[in-house]
Amino acid sequence: MSIEHNDVLLEMRNIHIEGFSDEQWHPIIKGVDLTLKRGQVLGLIGESGAGKSTLGLAAMGFARPGCRITQGSIHFAGVNLATLSEAEKRPYWGNRIAYVAQSAAAAFNPAHRLIDQTCESAIRANIQSATESRQDAVALYESLQLPDAGNIGERYPHQVSGGQLQRVMTAMAMSPRPDLIIFDEPTTALDVTTQVEVLSAMRKIVEHYGAAAIYITHDLAVVAQMADDIKVLRYGEEVEEAETRTMLESPKEEYTRSLWSVRALEKSEEKGEDIVLSMQGIDAAYGSAKVLHNVSINLPRGKTVAVVGESGSGKSTAARVITGLLPPSAGSVQFNGTALPAALRERTPEQLQRIQMIYQMADTAMNPRQTVGEIIGRPLEFYLNLSGQQREKRVIELLEMIELDESFIDRLPSELSGGQKQRVCIARALAAEPDIIICDEVTSALDQIVQEGILQLLLRLQNEFGISYLFITHDIATVKAISDEIVVMFQGEVVEQGLKSEILTPPHPEYTELLLSSVPEMDPDWLTTLLKERV
Amino acid sequence: MSQTPETYSAAAEVAAVRKRRGRFERSWIALKKAPISAWFGLIVVSAYVFVALFAPLLAPYGEAEIFPTPFGPWDETHRFGTDQIGRDIFTRLIYGARNTMGIALMTTLLSFIIGGGLGLVAAINRSWLDQILSRSVDVLMAIPSLIFALMLLSIFGSTVTSLIVIIAVLDSTRVFRLTRAVAINVVVMDYVEAARLRGEKIGWIMRREILPNIMPPLIAEFGLRFSFVFLTIAALSFLGVGIQPPTADWGSMVRENASLIQFAQYDIKAGLTPLLPAAAIALLTVAVNFVVDWFLHTSSGLRDEH
Repeated sequence: MSIEHNDVLLEMRNIHIEGFSDEQWHPIIKGVDLTLKRGQVLGLIGESGAGKSTLGLAAMGFARPGCRITQGSIHFAGVNLATLSEAEKRPYWGNRIAYVAQSAAAAFNPAHRLIDQTCESAIRANIQSATESRQDAVALYESLQLPDAGNIGERYPHQVSGGQLQRVMTAMAMSPRPDLIIFDEPTTALDVTTQVEVLSAMRKIVEHYGAAAIYITHDLAVVAQMADDIKVLRYGEEVEEAETRTMLESPKEEYTRSLWSVRALEKSEEKGEDIVLSMQGIDAAYGSAKVLHNVSINLPRGKTVAVVGESGSGKSTAARVITGLLPPSAGSVQFNGTALPAALRERTPEQLQRIQMIYQMADTAMNPRQTVGEIIGRPLEFYLNLSGQQREKRVIELLEMIELDESFIDRLPSELSGGQKQRVCIARALAAEPDIIICDEVTSALDQIVQEGILQLLLRLQNEFGISYLFITHDIATVKAISDEIVVMFQGEVVEQGLKSEILTPPHPEYTELLLSSVPEMDPDWLTTLLKERV
Repeated sequence: MSQTPETYSAAAEVAAVRKRRGRFERSWIALKKAPISAWFGLIVVSAYVFVALFAPLLAPYGEAEIFPTPFGPWDETHRFGTDQIGRDIFTRLIYGARNTMGIALMTTLLSFIIGGGLGLVAAINRSWLDQILSRSVDVLMAIPSLIFALMLLSIFGSTVTSLIVIIAVLDSTRVFRLTRAVAINVVVMDYVEAARLRGEKIGWIMRREILPNIMPPLIAEFGLRFSFVFLTIAALSFLGVGIQPPTADWGSMVRENASLIQFAQYDIKAGLTPLLPAAAIALLTVAVNFVVDWFLHTSSGLRDEH
């Protein structure tokens, strides 16, 4: 991967960027330098709010609405982009510098065919004629290993999968043969199994055309596969920068080491005998589309069962069946040995109280117009008939349990960070004093350090109150950290269920093998090795 | 932003930088940033409301008081002259604000209660009930509302109550559509699902979970609907089936004095008389729209680039 880089392509000096909020300008980037040579791939990592994306966009001389570049120079191929007007910068954008956004689904125009969008910038810049450009796009699709490369471009964005769309976007970025590509968390929204394909395709194409790239992510294992060098950002300042191997083996700064050690959390498994919840032979369908086939899962009291699988495998549907949102077409859900009514409206408040749920997106799981006190207080009032002083006292206790304090009681969700929001959702579930909490991808939208905090909190609460978790996730590291037992699901069926150690040690069924081997490791050679093995 | 905690602490996580402000302080900041058109609208609307509230104190004569000279000219005793049976135009303009606006406000409120309530139910329910409601609304909307209102008013008689109810029902179709459309986006949110899983009743979900989150478009629509209802009432009064004499209202005032416009060539002031109530209607409509535009702009989160 290490090519000789001599020629400096991008040089950013002393960049300062401010953002406007609450009637004031706040610094986002505070004096960061960045140098990128031709053909070099630089990984930018840090937590959300560290300024990664802002810095990445600044490499194009671009600031998002509400942001401004106040100081510093951005020399791209000898031209200072910081001094150019927007009209003067436009010839660079999309042609010599390309940008690959995080959410491909939101970045494509749903009304145009993929190939037209892929070729657009090359044709507009008169680099290629329309026919040449279309042939080139097909060649790019081929080298990105898209299925049916010749015709996939004729489809519309909603007709291809998320991973395919992300690859088409890479082809779009590559089409005018830019000198620099900025990847902004391009695989964060993808399943691990898809992520591997996209990563290898991106790496291959970047190497093949010798483009330089800035790769923005918060996933260290991913950046280790992609980047020649890694730069760590925090609070808009550079923590350190080094060659990938050096950085992984011996990070200098305390903060970097803390980032590295996050994934070390591991729970010792225990087998539980007392089954609190069991799904037996569940079939479920949305209309005529059958999504669960004969699913049986047992959840022991006070233990954690992790349900893993890629999107579309039926994990969340299983949760909907348990909660009663989707009555199953066959089979039953047993709680403490008695069958629960299939539909939500037939269940009593006591039954509802026993099973609580925490969602992936804490943002949408809380009413933006209610304060933290109201959000946590409502289950107290509803199930336990607490009101006034008693209720407030209990809310404060719950806030302390989730390691927040009294001062949060009258905040609105918009005034909380991602991790704090998820904690409030945990407190809301906890307020009902449940036996079971269903956690649906609760950590996947969070930064690694915050994830660790949430997982530790969940483990502590389990020890204190003996709550059972049904933990839905696609992240194997999270599974290792929290579960006692694992259920692997694939296309609506349970592939296997067993103790963590049994599932994680070979031999595996074919699908489990694929899933486990797709989890990126903190080894720069992991992807290369894996791809060799798979061939 | 400058603190750098050494150990991880949930409470110290950097959230969005934002100060807590009281409702009053927030509104004041919004007002200070309001464009001149919004200020103009607010001032005009407040002036109308003031006139409507204090009509008996502001008006020089009684609402239905008749003076000996019909079609009297503009002079000191009758600032804008008198109408066809000798009532003071200025007095009737002031009372007209009260009647026309009062009835329009009642009608708009009623149409929001009907349309908003049913719209929310349809959005939450999404089954056969939604189908029945939506299709009935489609049928109602297919009939030109002014003609339909004319027909209904001639069947039920032009009392104030039937006027309010008929216009409210016809107008609630549009409120229903809007409410249903915006509520559907909120109904799919996880917090509504969470409330359902908690076992909350439909009324609570409507009032506490959904309604607060769809308020901004509804308030904006309220302003617009108010203008339209106002125009409808004026139009119906002009046609003679709206507010009945001797109650003063702007629509019928235009009709009653319409013939005066022919005398504009002899006395420009006389020609202006029927235009005064029309101008009052136009000014209020424009003012309300200015306020609504500004409100929509601030609440939709559209921001000018800095």
